[in-house]
Amino acid sequence: MRNNLYLCGQIRKDMKKYVLDLRVVSVEQIHARYVLIKLTDNQELPEMLPGQFVEVRVDGSPTTFLRRPISINYVDREKNELWLLIATVGDGTRQLAQLQSGDLLNCILPLGNGFKGTLGPGPFVPPEVRGTKGPGPNVPLLIGGGVGVAPLLYLGAEMAKNGIKPTFLLGARTKNDLLMLEEFKKYGRVLITTEDGSEGEKGFVTNHSLLQQERFDCIYTCGPTPMMKAVARYAKQTNIDCEVSLENLMACGLGACLCCVEKTVDGNLCVCKDGPVFNINQLLWQI
Amino acid sequence: MANLEVKIGALSLKNPVMTASGTFGYGLEFADFMPLDGIGGIIVKGTTLKPREGNDYPRMAETASGMLNCVGLQNKGVDYFCEHIYPQIKDIDTNMIVNVSGSSPEDYAACAAKIDALEKIPAIELNISCPNVKDGGMAFGVTCAGASSVVKAVRQAYHKALIVKLSPNVTDITEIARAVEAEGADSVSLINTLMGMAIDIEKRKKVLSIGTGGLSGPAVKPVALRMVYQVAKAVKIPVIGLGGISSAKDAIEFLMAGATAIEIGTANFLDPAISIKVRDGIDQWLDAHGYASIQEIIGVI
Repeated sequence: MRNNLYLCGQIRKDMKKYVLDLRVVSVEQIHARYVLIKLTDNQELPEMLPGQFVEVRVDGSPTTFLRRPISINYVDREKNELWLLIATVGDGTRQLAQLQSGDLLNCILPLGNGFKGTLGPGPFVPPEVRGTKGPGPNVPLLIGGGVGVAPLLYLGAEMAKNGIKPTFLLGARTKNDLLMLEEFKKYGRVLITTEDGSEGEKGFVTNHSLLQQERFDCIYTCGPTPMMKAVARYAKQTNIDCEVSLENLMACGLGACLCCVEKTVDGNLCVCKDGPVFNINQLLWQI
Repeated sequence: MANLEVKIGALSLKNPVMTASGTFGYGLEFADFMPLDGIGGIIVKGTTLKPREGNDYPRMAETASGMLNCVGLQNKGVDYFCEHIYPQIKDIDTNMIVNVSGSSPEDYAACAAKIDALEKIPAIELNISCPNVKDGGMAFGVTCAGASSVVKAVRQAYHKALIVKLSPNVTDITEIARAVEAEGADSVSLINTLMGMAIDIEKRKKVLSIGTGGLSGPAVKPVALRMVYQVAKAVKIPVIGLGGISSAKDAIEFLMAGATAIEIGTANFLDPAISIKVRDGIDQWLDAHGYASIQEIIGVI
């Protein structure tokens, strides 16, 4: 069973990538700046790991030349749906928000590496089997900010499915900027910070009282870079294993163009192929 | 099913479609999407004598119908290539061609000599046209004397098919083409990227880490086509055309302009199976128009 475990920084050789025209089930405007797009296919969707992403082609936007990398928000195996949570920040993503149900969206997937402690095929290794020294978490903390909460839903859902109850710590500017809370609550405990104090504790995620009160053995984080750096600093100071999901500008998504590089202890690595998930000990962040 | 076979000097290509250096990795990255042996050649990423970290991030800016990059020849060096990459790619049944770069004629020659010893690499593409490195690269490709000096040194060290990749960032590309032909190049490929820049007006800063980068994609196609046409008229050696090719129609334009083969670059990022589709599209077009061989359309303009 251990052989099935997916390790951060390694690519599973057997994980085939596909170019698929997925059919839009729905496009839900869940916030002024965010849409949730649900996609399906006549065939069973390929295996995908939490933390991996999709390169979507944007048709009908003259200023958009390259594909857009979008993290996998959730995979609903029962309905055969792939969910993408998209921040409409530019012409390309605004065009994606105009998709209608029934439209086709050309996607390359799955790309990149997932978070450690999630898995390939087969069940998650529960703590009692894995023991405390295994590669996965016993008490995981998932910290997200802004649209960075997207991949944490699928990660937390997979953990919950396999007997580990995750804690989500989600940060936003105001109460109205919190995304998909009801979904997160299905899979674990949800704690919140807002910058204006309109929901949860006031301040940034790293100010939340939880971090002083409880001990976690692994942190997974995705969000704005300053937030991830603050989380990484906390993790380093408290000696907790920590993985971050980066979103450097990409072109190919396949490790061919070498545009999206991040400096690491192993030299420049492609965020698309060697990431997007990195252990903070791999990165040369000044934290 | 027309005959698609073409020759670049002693090099036989099963069809005229190749993938351009720096846009197709080592081929392996695209194996899930298409049969790698279905195209005429794969030109693997720029390789140098010593490892190079490349330029800092950001290295890419999207532009209208194209993109700028300033990767700067990041690679692990020729020894790493020979030891670790070559064994993985040597049995791919197509022409696996290595793009070679350097910072002095001696560097180029030493790198080429190491690749000369690799049995399953039938050709190199000499990169004297990279706009993103300070030392060497395009510095050699913008003067006849510079281009000649590199080709002369490499020609002595390298005995198989030698393709020289030309820079469009010159006053008259035909002069450079003739200069490298005179030094014994078996073929020229053109164009490398056009030097450009992008500015982030909110930050009041240049977008790319080194300020400038090379423009590629459909935006450069008409410029590339014109240069291929001019060079094909100016030299006797076969010309390989590239620059924004994204469809069979684009490829046929380059062939008609005088290219014996073509390379697909940036389009690989949008559709990882585009090169095989271009091959099929050329085949279908030839059939539909009653041509028995691709030779019938090469250089007809």
